[in-house]
Amino acid sequence: MMHEVSIPPFELFYEEHRSQVLGLLRRRLGAARAEDAFQETFLRALQAYGRLEHGEHLRAWVLTIARNVAVDTLRRTRSQHELVETGADDDLPAYEELAELTDGLPRKERAAVVLRYGYDLSYDQIAAALGSSEDAARQAASAGVRRLRRRITP
Amino acid sequence: MTVSPDLDRRFREAAHALGLVDLGFDVVESPMGDLLVAASDRGLASIWYDPDPERDLERLARIAGPRVLRSPRSVDDARRELDEYFAGRRRAFDLPLDLRALPSFTVSVLRELARVPYGETTTYGALAARVGRPRAARAVGTVMNRNRIPIVLPCHRVVGASGDLVGYAGGLERKVRLLELEGAL
Repeated sequence: MMHEVSIPPFELFYEEHRSQVLGLLRRRLGAARAEDAFQETFLRALQAYGRLEHGEHLRAWVLTIARNVAVDTLRRTRSQHELVETGADDDLPAYEELAELTDGLPRKERAAVVLRYGYDLSYDQIAAALGSSEDAARQAASAGVRRLRRRITP
Repeated sequence: MTVSPDLDRRFREAAHALGLVDLGFDVVESPMGDLLVAASDRGLASIWYDPDPERDLERLARIAGPRVLRSPRSVDDARRELDEYFAGRRRAFDLPLDLRALPSFTVSVLRELARVPYGETTTYGALAARVGRPRAARAVGTVMNRNRIPIVLPCHRVVGASGDLVGYAGGLERKVRLLELEGAL
């Protein structure tokens, strides 16, 4: 049986993860743009926090939000050339197998599949992480799975 | 990567301004020592003596949900009124109160408690009678002991039938000092 981890008060979650989130955003966006992205990341997390069903994998969750905010920021500023760096770096351990398997999927589909099946997050949590609706998160996960199936089945 | 105090402050202010915080709290200095004060969009939810973040954050989350964040702006009104009270410039608080997650007996006792005037005292038995439960003095004592908004909900004004101060969750010394401040002793 899976042991449910209760959701910590947001203050503790924020204090625990803020340095790492800022580090990730600085690497991807530079110091100047990282500050707005930092705010955006934790505001998105705060918005979804009351609907979380358990307190597991919160680090992976908030880092996924941060990555998506970084991508959105880069898109907004039309600095598409900077996107090349954002492939494989850092901080996520745990789901190596899935990560390898899902390598090459479109970004949203990959994130949805990994968060759903690697981390067992619910669709509303995934939606918050991706900055999309719950339906869109569900569709991204199932589109990702279909794509993987096609890839695996000869 | 250290988050600068300025960035930290901006995030907390934005979270408050956007209404994303269930309970915002801050530590307020007072002559009674540091107070951990928390408020929601409904009103003041708690004042705790001798803050202990680890214990208090969990307690706050049980009141209104996990979106608990230190947010000085959330308690600006409470801070101002408490400062005025301790400076002797305020005799009644105008703060709306958030009494959610409390049993209905507790709420009715606290509502009566709120009407005990500045500088006066009443007894546990008298308060029990006012909520229509004249024999529930002991239960009223328990409600006073667990009052999560002391000072503003003036449980320090409730004493034993013989005039004995009896007790105070924040320590009897604080009860004496609050009553002295109000000129009731």
